[in-house]
Amino acid sequence: MAEVKLNSLTKTFGDVAAVDNMNLEIKDKEFFVLLGPTGAGKTTTLRLIAGLEKADKGEVYIDNICVNGLSPAVRDVAFVFQYYTLYPNYTVKQNLEFPLRSNLRKMPQAAIDKKVSEVAEVLHVEHLMNRETVNLSGGEMQRVAIGRAIVRAPKVFLMDEPLSNLDAKLREEMRAELARLHLDMGSTFFYVTHDQIEAMTMGDRIAVLNEGKILQIGTPNEIYNSPKDVFVAKFVGSPAINLFDASIDGNNLIIGKGAMICSVVGKQSSLLKGYNKKNAILGIRPEDIEMSREKKGANSIKCSVYFKQSMGVEDILNLKIDKIFFKAVAPVKFMAKVGEVVYANINMDRTHLFDAETETCIV
Amino acid sequence: MAEIILKHIFKRFDDLVAINDLSLDIKEREFLVLLGPSGCGKTTTLRCISGLEVPDEGEILIGGEDVTNKRASQRDIAFVFQLYALYPHLTVYGNIAFPLLTQRTDKKKIEQEVNRAAEILQIKHILNKKPKELSGGDMQRVALGRAIVRRPKAFLLDEPIGTLDAKFREEMRTELKRLHVDIGATTVYVTHDQSEAMAMGDIVAIMNLGVLQQAGTPYEIYTNPKNLFVANFIGTPGMNFINCKPERDSNGKLVLRLSLIDACIAISDEIQKIILDRKEEELVLGIRPENVALSLKKEWNYIKSEVFVVEATGSYNIIDVRLGSDIVRVRTLPTVAPKIGETVYIGIDMGRISIFNKKDGNSIM
Repeated sequence: MAEVKLNSLTKTFGDVAAVDNMNLEIKDKEFFVLLGPTGAGKTTTLRLIAGLEKADKGEVYIDNICVNGLSPAVRDVAFVFQYYTLYPNYTVKQNLEFPLRSNLRKMPQAAIDKKVSEVAEVLHVEHLMNRETVNLSGGEMQRVAIGRAIVRAPKVFLMDEPLSNLDAKLREEMRAELARLHLDMGSTFFYVTHDQIEAMTMGDRIAVLNEGKILQIGTPNEIYNSPKDVFVAKFVGSPAINLFDASIDGNNLIIGKGAMICSVVGKQSSLLKGYNKKNAILGIRPEDIEMSREKKGANSIKCSVYFKQSMGVEDILNLKIDKIFFKAVAPVKFMAKVGEVVYANINMDRTHLFDAETETCIV
Repeated sequence: MAEIILKHIFKRFDDLVAINDLSLDIKEREFLVLLGPSGCGKTTTLRCISGLEVPDEGEILIGGEDVTNKRASQRDIAFVFQLYALYPHLTVYGNIAFPLLTQRTDKKKIEQEVNRAAEILQIKHILNKKPKELSGGDMQRVALGRAIVRRPKAFLLDEPIGTLDAKFREEMRTELKRLHVDIGATTVYVTHDQSEAMAMGDIVAIMNLGVLQQAGTPYEIYTNPKNLFVANFIGTPGMNFINCKPERDSNGKLVLRLSLIDACIAISDEIQKIILDRKEEELVLGIRPENVALSLKKEWNYIKSEVFVVEATGSYNIIDVRLGSDIVRVRTLPTVAPKIGETVYIGIDMGRISIFNKKDGNSIM
């Protein structure tokens, strides 16, 4: 298994820099996720690593060897696509055997059989071995497609949104399966997705990408709890973080011409000093607001329940104060009623403050 | 605005029964979501309400009036499709004004109505733009604006945000819900996405294979699913299901023996009575991930298991544990993170279980 290193990697299509001076180091055995919206350059990055695209600038290293001049076949990476590409008239077994039958390998049949049955067991497709792939469900097809990548035991797995065509239930199951598969195989995974929950739940580390540029690299915990800028804060987490335009006045954050005022205390206030009288963006995750029916000290904001979204496990309250709308997550037992006046208690230790101009994190 | 009543609707396409005896009362100002997998009959239902399809049997009443055999244009309802069909050569203003122009409304009134719609949708700044200059979200807003200006009796929406990115879909969901709160129009909304249904609906009606499975508030369908289909379709991460059989323990009390592992769990007297009365034998225990507790040491009525995968979402963790060859999902605080392979004990909150008959899939409670 292997490390992957990208050095100043750049790829442009016409005027658009799909991948813009990207630097990344993916460690051996890491589950690395590239996360970003449609058009961020995720798939292009993957194709550059695989050798399906040629870089305009920069290098791709696999195990410290520059592979820029090497064809996809000799880079020893396996690509799993969004659309499972199986041979339709072959059985599952034949599909799994196929990569091993290559003339380059000259693998004896006994070895092929052994390898294929190992992989089938890992992916729970033993009972499907003699079935033609046209008769499989979507989840089974994707398992076989992954299986075909695994049998070759490549240095690196490249996965391009492999779960996005599956229905919600199956996606959830496959997420756990892939995470476990990675652990059991101990190989390097480079996984691309636009779905933040996939990135959070599977990745050892995540790189958030937008418009060809990496905005932040970190563990899921770092990305979620210490977003470097507004884009990352907004992109990760559901329901999304609340963002308020605020002006800084001493230790106070004034929002909506004073409709809402939050006070910063302790460690954070010293960090604010250089920002007095400037504008900022305050970010508060909906779960960092605790609801009550009485005022609870400082940063207890009186507001009304505009509407409620019952998610079953919890309620998302859509709160209103003056012309400002924001969300809070409340336990079902809080039993909020529409139109009711309530207090939103903000845990200021958990909030994020961004510079209004650069949108980068201040505190 | 108006109520919509469906009475024993049937719709067949050759051998396929697309809608099988559907009855629904949609109250005035209510936001009703038709939810189900593809092919469940939800879109056909919507098309019957709109008049684009005529049911084979049954009646449709809008605002007390029988419209079953009336044409779509005579029903005074607005239909918003999955793909926003805007006129590319008209500005946003022209697109929104269009339905009123065809009704020969006077110019001043049109201006008033377009401005009102633009205000509600917060698109006043783009009224002079052409559709090709707009983002996907703005196009969808314009499509909605075109529906709003008509002040129809009801809005029908067919997966209007299904084609957008996950992140943006969540934003639009809130926006549509807010819009509904503001204008209070009777709305029927079709989706296959359960979290969208939960987040938006006053009432969620779940369909499968043309048959209505359950209609209720999001809270009702989540906490008291009527059958396995509903229980499985609603909630993320999904409900855990464990096959089990009732048996007597050494004290003569009825307990549930879980399949695949050597373990029994105690159940309340009330549930014991139901199982005895109904002579139930093969059962499925359903428990939501947030109603399973995780402990590092053995406690009463807890079951031994092994950590399979830990998934952190940021605001909570999902711990998959292994029970025999089954996986049970547990939802925990983000701070709970046991090691993979570690032995843990899980406790099922018996006050929050569902029990289904394994054969017919119906809840016995």
